Amino acid sequence: MEILQQKALDIRRDVLLSLSEAGSGHTGGSLGMADVFAILYFHQLKYKPTEPLWEGRDRLVLSIGHIAPVLYATLAHAGFFPKEELCTLRKLGSRLQGHPGRDHGLPGLELSAGSLGQGLSVGVGMALAARLKNANHKVVVICGDGELQEGSIWEAAMSAAHHRLDNLVVVVDRNGLQIDGKTVDVMNPEPLKEKWEAFGWRVMETNGNSIPDLMNAFEALWIPAGKPSCLLARTTMGKGVASIEGDYRWHGKAPDAQELVSFLNQLQ
Amino acid sequence: MEPFYSSRGFKATKEGFAEGLEQMGILYPKIVGLGADITASVGMDRFARSFPERFFSLGIAEQNCIGVAAGLALEGLLPVFSTYGVFSALRTTDQIRISLCYNNLHVIIGGAHAGISVGPDGATHQALEDIAVMRVMPNMTVLSPCDATQTALALKAAVEQCNGPVYLRYGRSPVPDFTPPDLAFRVGKGQILHEGNDACILATGHLVWEALQASYALAQQNIACRVVNLHTIKPIDTELIAGCTARFPFLVTAEEHQRSGGLGSAVAEVVTGCPNPVPVVRIGMEDRFGESGSPEELMEKYGLTARHLILAVRKMLR
Repeated sequence: MEILQQKALDIRRDVLLSLSEAGSGHTGGSLGMADVFAILYFHQLKYKPTEPLWEGRDRLVLSIGHIAPVLYATLAHAGFFPKEELCTLRKLGSRLQGHPGRDHGLPGLELSAGSLGQGLSVGVGMALAARLKNANHKVVVICGDGELQEGSIWEAAMSAAHHRLDNLVVVVDRNGLQIDGKTVDVMNPEPLKEKWEAFGWRVMETNGNSIPDLMNAFEALWIPAGKPSCLLARTTMGKGVASIEGDYRWHGKAPDAQELVSFLNQLQ
Repeated sequence: MEPFYSSRGFKATKEGFAEGLEQMGILYPKIVGLGADITASVGMDRFARSFPERFFSLGIAEQNCIGVAAGLALEGLLPVFSTYGVFSALRTTDQIRISLCYNNLHVIIGGAHAGISVGPDGATHQALEDIAVMRVMPNMTVLSPCDATQTALALKAAVEQCNGPVYLRYGRSPVPDFTPPDLAFRVGKGQILHEGNDACILATGHLVWEALQASYALAQQNIACRVVNLHTIKPIDTELIAGCTARFPFLVTAEEHQRSGGLGSAVAEVVTGCPNPVPVVRIGMEDRFGESGSPEELMEKYGLTARHLILAVRKMLR
């Protein structure tokens, strides 16, 4: 448990360092999802960093491509590529594109994504493929709660339930914020639990910034239910840096040099 | 004079798609089919019946279909998804751009109901902008075969000769089936179906037959007209078009598509890069929507018949 908490802290630190070096990018959501990524990559998912395309790996699809910094920091800590490379984020020629781009060859990326509303459909395809091949790996898709405003998400949700894809899990980063402000004010997606249930999914809710709560939630999620599963993970945008927690203005902004020092100090 | 090509009868290109897909399904277990309703109408039904375990019904939700196809392709399967081109190419453009083209995945997208020869369904269901949008996507291949026999071959080529996303355009109404079954289909290589020295028509899809009829009629008037079938719009056959540009005083293009952005534009882009460019007369839809009517009435009204091609050639020769 403490190891995972330390991992989440290390990931947050590298998220801040890489974003500060890049000079632009999405700080709030990346920090908010650090605990989810820590538990997925250091407790839940099967993978081989030296063999990124290992057939038996669990697949993680990041539909909200803009929080790529937390994926990159996690993949580096998991051993897919050297941590030093994190400082190339968003720079010309980098394998760490502003939004994930497989064409640049970064190991561990399952999908080039960033146009919202598409990742869950891809996850449905991966889960169907796994069933066709009688493979028992899992497919995990990370969506945002603002992203659920995209109609194609609900097309995907309908199809996953129709085909009874119990090897598919979507984690919704439910931080309640998007670029223009509170999600409920921009376009209210609630009631989320009831919506996913009505679409034929098993739904669980948890504190997405609590390692023990997340651990319990995932253990329950992997028990087959004959239908796909949705984890509504309540997170705090900017989690770990008290001065920006819950501040939607940090959705799409990177810390400057001065802010970086302050933020890193707050992380302890 | 003998006709240059004789029709074996009328057959919709969607029948060629259906037959080709079923044959490919037998040969390649990695092929999976995705349906968005209307499966019989677009020629997906034969595959669905023959390989139910490899066919997934996804309903009237085309954007999701593209993403699901991407997921299947990432896992090494070869998805074939088809519905009317207005939906498969245009409703899903962003999904095609990012999930398919940016990821460069081998997926075959069928664009059924191409052109105004769809007929009575009217403007909403007549795909007239799909070539323009599909051909500007990086990594995309765009195929537009000219009859049912060639459509089956195009599907085979999309399976065997391509590695990235493919858009395969075909139609609803029965059209003459005339290409020899042994006429090789090479992606990116146009076909000179008839030779001539006075004029040159480059056509795609069903209008290739109209171009051959025009060429035959022109031959009676001692005008020898080359007819080129550009069944691949992207990658366009630059070499062949450059050769036509060097040899003929003008080129005529013909397609069931908007004049902007389609085959004519693709040809003109090549011609303008040649050392001695020539005029390109583009026959197609004049920046308009179609309407209801029989296919024949519509082709006549919108100027897409052999007669219109003859007029265009004669006007340029004057």
